[in-house]
Amino acid sequence: MFLWLIPILPFLGFLINGLFGRRMPKSMVNLFAIGSVTLSFLWAVKTLVGLSPLETKYIEHYFTWIQSGALNISIDFAVDRLTAVMLMVVTGVGLLIHIYSIGYMADEDGYYRFFAYLNLFMFFMLVLVLAQNFLVLFVGWEGVGLCSYLLIGYYFLERFATNAGNKAFIVNRIGDFGFSLAIFLVVRQFGSLDFTKVFDAARPMPTETSAGILTTICLLLLVGAAGKSAQIPLYVWLPDAMAGPTPVSALIHAATMVTAGVYMTARSATLFTHAPIAMDTVAVIGLATAFFAATIGLAQTDIKKVFAYSTVSQLGYMFLGAGVGAFSAGIFHLMTHAFFKALLFLGAGAVIHGLHGEQDLRQMGGLFKHMRITAITLLCASIAISGFPFTSGFFSKDAILVAAYERAPWMYWVGVLTAGMTAFYVFRAWFLAFTGEYRGHAHPHESPLVMTGPLMLLAVLAIFGGFINVPHWLEPMFGERPENQTLAWLSAGVGVIGIATAYLFYVARPAMADGFAKAMNGLYTLVYNKYFVDEVYDAAVVTPVVKGSRIFLWRGVDAGFIDGIVNGFGARSRGVGNILKLLQSGNIRSYAAWVVLGSVLLLLAIGFGGATR
Amino acid sequence: MTALIFFLFASIAVFCGISLVTQTHPIASALSLIGVMGSLAILYLQLGGEFIAAAQVIVYAGAIMVLFVFVIMLLNAGAEGTSLQMSNFAKYVGIFLLAAFLGLISFVIQAMLPKTEGVVFGAFQGGTALNIGRKLFTIYLLPFEVTSVLILIAILGAMVLARREI
Amino acid sequence: MPTSVPVSWYLILSAILFGLGVAGFIYRRNIITVFMSIELMLNAVNLTFITFSYTLKQVDGHIFSFFVMVVAAAEAAVGLAIILTVFKNRETLMIDDVSSMKY
Repeated sequence: MFLWLIPILPFLGFLINGLFGRRMPKSMVNLFAIGSVTLSFLWAVKTLVGLSPLETKYIEHYFTWIQSGALNISIDFAVDRLTAVMLMVVTGVGLLIHIYSIGYMADEDGYYRFFAYLNLFMFFMLVLVLAQNFLVLFVGWEGVGLCSYLLIGYYFLERFATNAGNKAFIVNRIGDFGFSLAIFLVVRQFGSLDFTKVFDAARPMPTETSAGILTTICLLLLVGAAGKSAQIPLYVWLPDAMAGPTPVSALIHAATMVTAGVYMTARSATLFTHAPIAMDTVAVIGLATAFFAATIGLAQTDIKKVFAYSTVSQLGYMFLGAGVGAFSAGIFHLMTHAFFKALLFLGAGAVIHGLHGEQDLRQMGGLFKHMRITAITLLCASIAISGFPFTSGFFSKDAILVAAYERAPWMYWVGVLTAGMTAFYVFRAWFLAFTGEYRGHAHPHESPLVMTGPLMLLAVLAIFGGFINVPHWLEPMFGERPENQTLAWLSAGVGVIGIATAYLFYVARPAMADGFAKAMNGLYTLVYNKYFVDEVYDAAVVTPVVKGSRIFLWRGVDAGFIDGIVNGFGARSRGVGNILKLLQSGNIRSYAAWVVLGSVLLLLAIGFGGATR
Repeated sequence: MTALIFFLFASIAVFCGISLVTQTHPIASALSLIGVMGSLAILYLQLGGEFIAAAQVIVYAGAIMVLFVFVIMLLNAGAEGTSLQMSNFAKYVGIFLLAAFLGLISFVIQAMLPKTEGVVFGAFQGGTALNIGRKLFTIYLLPFEVTSVLILIAILGAMVLARREI
Repeated sequence: MPTSVPVSWYLILSAILFGLGVAGFIYRRNIITVFMSIELMLNAVNLTFITFSYTLKQVDGHIFSFFVMVVAAAEAAVGLAIILTVFKNRETLMIDDVSSMKY
C-alpha cells in the first residue's frame, strides 16, 4: 500500500523548496508545496478507501532501526481507524491551510522558506500519526516541535518572535523529558516499544488501584502531552506562539500539532484504562485548563490571543474526554475543533490581512460591510465552537460532557460553565470586530479567493462536520459511549445564553462592558494579565536557572575549570621550559662544569655499579 | 734507576702542569705544556713506547705547540686580569668536583689493579716502529685511512675559517 | 726507594695530570689557555694508554695513542682557526665575553 508515500511526499516538497526555493518563482514554490500535500492527501484517501472497512490494523514493516540485546525497534507505519481520522484531519486541513497561505504570505520575504517549513511539519506530523511504536512517534513528536520553533520564529528579525520560538521549544522540552522517561519505563516493563506488543501485554494486567508501574508510565506520558498540547502547567508557550504567521497558528497551534498529545493519549488508551489514578489526573488537569484558559480569554484584546486561549481551553476539553474514558469523544472533538479553530484563525488572519497587520480588537469594528465572506465564515465557526445545536461543536462537546457527567457530575457543571464562557468570549470577539463603527485607521478590504475559498470550505465542515459519526466509527477501539439528550440540550442552552450575554455587552449596551470591568477592577486586572503566570515562572524558574548557569556553569566550570585545565597545560609547559632554559646560560665555563659533573656521575656509576672487578 | 727517572720526570710533569693552570700569561702556559710533553716522552720511553715517544716530541711538542705559540703571537694575547669572573656553579662546585674526580679516578684504578707489577725498562719490546707499522697497516688500516681523511678535513676547515674575507 | 715502580703510579700520575687539565679547563678565562688544558688532558690519556699497553704486553695501546695524537693535531688546527675567527669578530679572548647564546 506504500504508506510511506504519505509522509515522504511533503518531505520531498520540503527538500525541493528548501534547497532551491530561493531561486524559483513563486508559482513553482506553490506547485511543489501545494502539490506535494495534495498528492499526500489523495494518497491517504486512496489508502483508506483501499483498506476499508479497517476492521483490523494494517501494518507495514520497513526496516529494523535499533537492535540492542533484547530490544528491537523497527520503522513501521500502521493504519487503523484512529489513524484514519487523524490522517484525514492532518492532510485535509493542512491542504486547505497551504492553499490559504498562498494568499496570506504573498507579500512576505522568505516565501519559499515558509512553505518548506510547512511541508517539513506535514512530514513529521504524518510520521507521528502513522507510527507503530513509541520511538517513531517520538521522532515525529520532536520533529513537529522543531517545525513549531522554526515557524514561530519565522520573522526571525523580531526579538519577540525568536523569544516566543525559544519559549515554545524549551517548554516543549520539559514535556519531552517526561515522555522520554515514560518510554524508558515502557521498555523496562514490556521489553518493547511496539504498540501491538505493549498493548497486548498490558491488556491482561490488573487495573491498578494505587500507584504502580502503569500509573507512573501514564503520568509521565501526561507530562509529555501537557507540554505538547499546552495543558497546565506547560501551556505558557501557546499564547506567545501567536508571534508566528497566522496560517502557522491555524495549522500547528490549533488543528494538528497541539492535538498530538491527545492523539498519543488516545493511542495509549489501553495503558490509561488500567491506571484510573492517571485517568483522573488527566481529566482534572484537562478540566482545570479548560476553565482557567476560558477565564483568561474573556479579557484579551488581541484577536489571536483570544483564539489562542480558546485553543488551550478546547484542548482541555479533549483531555477531559480522554480522562473520563471517552477517548472517541475526545478524538471527535479533536476533529471538529480542527475545523472550527482553523477556520477561526484563518478568518482572523483574513481580518488582519485586510487591515494590514492590525490585531487589536479595540481598533476594529463594523467590518461586516467590508469583509462579508470573512464575517459569515467566522460566524459559522463561532456558532460551532459555542455548541449551537446541530453544529459540529454541539455533537463533539456534548459527547465529552455527557461522559464527564457519568464520571462525576461536578465535572459536567464546570464543563458547562466553561462552554458558556467559550461562547461569550468568541462572540465578544466577533461582535467587537464586525459590528458597530470602525474604530481603526486602515482601509479594510476583503481577501482574495485563494484565502476565502478555504474559509468557505472549512465553514461547511464546521457546521455540518458533526454528522460524520466518528464516535461510532471508533467504537470497535474504544467502546460505546453513553448518550443523554437532556444533558446535551442543557449545555447547548448554556451556550446560547453565552451568545446572548455577549450580544448584550457589546452590541446592545456597549457601556455595560466597561462598567462591569471597572466594577471588578482587581479581578479584571488579574485576568487581563493572564494571572501573572509568566511573571511567576520567570521569577521562580527562569531567572534562577539563567543566573545559576551564568555564575556556576559558565564562569565556574567552563571558564574556570575546563579552561583552567587546558591553559594549565600550557602554563606547565611554559614553567618547565622556564626552568630548563636556565641551562642555556651562554657561559662556556658553566657548560664545562656541567660536562665534568656528567663525567663524575658516569665514573660513580662505573665504580660502584659493578663494572670493576 | 727506573724509580729515579720516574720520580724526576713525574714531578717535572706535575710541576709544569700546575704552572700551566696557574700562569697568567698564555705564553708561559704554552712553555709549561711543552715541558709536560717532554717529560711524558721520557716516561713513554721507560714504558717501551719508543715510536710513541718520538712521535710525541716531533708531532705534539714540535708541531702542535709551535702552532699554539704562533697563534698566541698572532693574537697578541696578553696576561689576563686577576678578577675571576665565572658562573657561581663553576666557582664553588668546581674545585670540589676536581677533588672528587681525582679521588674517584684513583679509586677506580686501585680497584682495577689490586696487584700491580713493577715497571722494568726493557720489559716490553713491542713498541718498535716495526710492530706499530705492522699492526697499523694491517689490522688498523681502516682507522688509519679515516684519520688521514680527518686530517685532510681539518686542513680544509682551518683554511676556510682563517682566510681573510675579501 | 724501590727499584721498580708499580704500574699504578703511572696511572695515578695520569690521573693527576688529567685533573689539572680539568681544573684549567674550568677555571681559566683565556681561550688559548683553556685549549692548552684540553691538550694536557689528552696527554694524560695517552700516558694511560701506553701504561696499559705495557701491562697487557700488546702494542695496540700505542696505536690508539697514535691516533689520539693525530686527532689532537686536527682538533688543535681547527680550534685555533676558530679562535682566530672569534678574535676577529669579538676582539676579545675572554670566553666569558662570548656569551651571546644566553637564553
